[in-house]
Amino acid sequence: MKIHKDHQRFRQIVRGKIREDLRKFLTRGELLGREGKHLISIPVRGIETPHFRYGDNSDAGVGSGEAQPGDKADADGEGVGPGGTEEGHHILEVEISLDELADILGEELELPRIQPKGKKRITSEKDRYSGIRQTGPESLRHFRRTFRRALRRELMAGTYNPENPRIAFERRDKLYRSWKTVRQPQSNAVIVYMMDVSGSMGDDQKELVRLEAFWIDAWLRRNYEGIESRYIVHDVRAGEVDRETFFRIREDGGTRISSAFKAARDLLENHYETSEWNCYLFHFSDGDNSSDADSRECCALLKERLLPGINMFGYCQVASAYGSGHFINVLHEHLSDQDNMITTRVNTKDDIYDSIKAFFSKGK
Amino acid sequence: MVQNEIGNHSLAGTALPVELARQAETLAEHARREGLDFYPTIFELFDTDQMNQIAAYGGFPQRYPHWRFGMEYERLRKQHTYGLGKIFEMVINNDPCYAYLVRDSAFVDKKTVIAHVYAHCDFFKNNVWFAQTNRRMMDEMANHATRIRRYIERYGLEEVEKFVDVCHSLENLIDPHSVFIRRQKGRAQRIIERPAREDRPDRATRFPAKEYMDRYINPPKVMAEEEREAREQHERERGRLPARPLRDIMLFLLNHAPLQDWQADVLSIIREEAYYFAPQGMTKIMNEGWASYWHSTIMTNYGLRADELITYAEHHAGTLATSPGRLNPYKLGIELFRDIERRWNTGRHGPEYERCEDMQARREWGRGQEPKGRVVGRGSPGREKIFEVRRIYNDVTFLDEFLTPEFVDEQKLYHYRFDPATRRMVVVERDFEKIKRQLLFMLTNHAQPYIYVLDGNYRNRGELYLGHRHIGVDLDIKYAVETLKNLHAVWRRPVHIHARIDDDPILFSYDGEKSTQQKMDKTVDPPANVLN
Repeated sequence: MKIHKDHQRFRQIVRGKIREDLRKFLTRGELLGREGKHLISIPVRGIETPHFRYGDNSDAGVGSGEAQPGDKADADGEGVGPGGTEEGHHILEVEISLDELADILGEELELPRIQPKGKKRITSEKDRYSGIRQTGPESLRHFRRTFRRALRRELMAGTYNPENPRIAFERRDKLYRSWKTVRQPQSNAVIVYMMDVSGSMGDDQKELVRLEAFWIDAWLRRNYEGIESRYIVHDVRAGEVDRETFFRIREDGGTRISSAFKAARDLLENHYETSEWNCYLFHFSDGDNSSDADSRECCALLKERLLPGINMFGYCQVASAYGSGHFINVLHEHLSDQDNMITTRVNTKDDIYDSIKAFFSKGK
Repeated sequence: MVQNEIGNHSLAGTALPVELARQAETLAEHARREGLDFYPTIFELFDTDQMNQIAAYGGFPQRYPHWRFGMEYERLRKQHTYGLGKIFEMVINNDPCYAYLVRDSAFVDKKTVIAHVYAHCDFFKNNVWFAQTNRRMMDEMANHATRIRRYIERYGLEEVEKFVDVCHSLENLIDPHSVFIRRQKGRAQRIIERPAREDRPDRATRFPAKEYMDRYINPPKVMAEEEREAREQHERERGRLPARPLRDIMLFLLNHAPLQDWQADVLSIIREEAYYFAPQGMTKIMNEGWASYWHSTIMTNYGLRADELITYAEHHAGTLATSPGRLNPYKLGIELFRDIERRWNTGRHGPEYERCEDMQARREWGRGQEPKGRVVGRGSPGREKIFEVRRIYNDVTFLDEFLTPEFVDEQKLYHYRFDPATRRMVVVERDFEKIKRQLLFMLTNHAQPYIYVLDGNYRNRGELYLGHRHIGVDLDIKYAVETLKNLHAVWRRPVHIHARIDDDPILFSYDGEKSTQQKMDKTVDPPANVLN
């Protein structure tokens, strides 16, 4: 079909524009929070065809209904007016799949595809509502279809009164939604994010972590059917939290990095058999560990318990006004022979580009 | 990458199955008896995805390749996936008329759509605003596609696409009211010259004087000076380009911009298509109202079987449904046609009725005069009137003439406005005059600004000078700046547009390198023409 050529050309243009802007997206938080389950909406500049057209002061229109002056007239979030109905007049939002975005990232950063380990495909079951049947719980009643059957019955029986159009449902009118159980491939990869939330990690640092984690997520998700994410925060003690808390939590006090590594070790041992799961560990910190003794313990933990089974351990050190930033040196000193450990420094948002590239250029 | 694909990949639907074809013929007979007069109509069935494809192409199975159609296709497909809208029917203004129906709809839906289509087709054939449209547009579009494909082969996709983008950016710069003026074709033709002045314009004013006083009253030196000035003035005006403000900017570019032949052809193609689609934009409410009026009349009088009633009623109600902040053209159109029919059946028009201020009397006016029983065709004054209306009005004149306070009240119309405090649209009032003014504003020139060429040789440097006629709303600055760049790509000399922004006259310019804007004052040279 010809339209598919035009459509492909459109996608190609969109991809080109996103690619041009990728460095900007990598360094600004613009895409955070825009992602849905599979799609992400991206503001793309310079796609819309400009015309001589009216500006914003033409945003008015005519509607119909019972409203009183002062009521909102945009229940749908938009109105019809000469100014057009698009939100955000100058930038077109284009939806692309997260996979496509990751592909663009991969192309731009020249990342090799990851070779997953472990052949085993785990599947899980899920219910999907797709049909209609005669029986079911009231909560699944299909109102529209039921109403139509009842209306038809009453019309045929001659009990329908146009002056007082009330329809009473009977048992035989009722139709219900029904579901099918489908099997879905389940994830066999896990990302464990660890973050230092001690007093020296401020909001700027966390913003860096958030951005970095977004792109790590995007790339790994592209390479695995499904992926699980776990989040651990620590100061002198560590604990697992949910995603929202992970990016928002603020603690005071010192830093004992080994606490996080121990928590990660426990998590992997209890839930993720490293021979079957592709495991990714990322740790974000300003590198200001409380004691050299603890840093040595960290190295021992990594070397003996964590690094042997996992695909990769990424350590990302963010710059902080307070920290010594010494931990990265300790890692280099003791573990430079470990090829599944990668360390990067992210001092400003501009470094995220290189950091992501460093993490994934080995294709693990 | 580009292959010649004329003829092989064109979308083909399937003809109606026998039973439906028989129904279509019966419905056509009913429609003709009701007075509808339409071209032979060819129906084809398509599945939903094909419908989206054709809709993305503006209803035609053959269009020139361009990403914009792909973008539109994606939008339609998404809209359909999310259940926000489904296209049931498309009709092409062509002789014969082509109509596309979606395959997976109920039998009764297809019948309804067929009745709807006949009325659209009647409208295309009889409404005067369509009189000048090309009735062989199906072939013409295919022809355009072939030509642009050929240019792509010869000059490369990027090159042609870039130029098509530029043309799209300027495609609203036409004059839709010029359909009755014979549109000039081809770049060779010149803009109509201003008619020559009858008196000798290059002659100085000579005051009557006795011969011996003449050289004092009309001193030869002053006369010579004045004569020279007048001659120069005349020369200037004669060379004025355009002779008067011109709205068909695309035509002006076609005639005067330094275009290569293929570029001129592409520009003329896009202009021609813009003119073809313009009347549809000008008659949206009328056209949909008329089609809904007739599918409703034909289906409820002749077309429905008892077991189809509920499905029909549900879908008809869905088509006419209104939601807050949204004006449904189907609903507004059908109700206004019905209102006109009722008013003319009961004599609620003319000076006597207009003058009557007794609300009670107005309400009772003509009661009992309505025709009894079923009216067929033009069998009542109301029907006679609506057939006349469908012939000579467009949306603007339709609303201007027939929108009444009673109607606005009955339809619960209101005026809303953007409220900067809450950043939402807020209902402002139900005042008839305001509502009417807003409606007319939204429809006038399809809510496009009025832009004119004022000077094609501005400052005698071959620069292009446009003007915006301000009718209450400012131009969007960012868009204007971007559009100027595209205009420059065609004109290749500095371009300007004069617009009013926040009550100040501003001149926006682009010289190929940078965009500038300046307040209009005495330092700015005036263009050859001014907007009054």
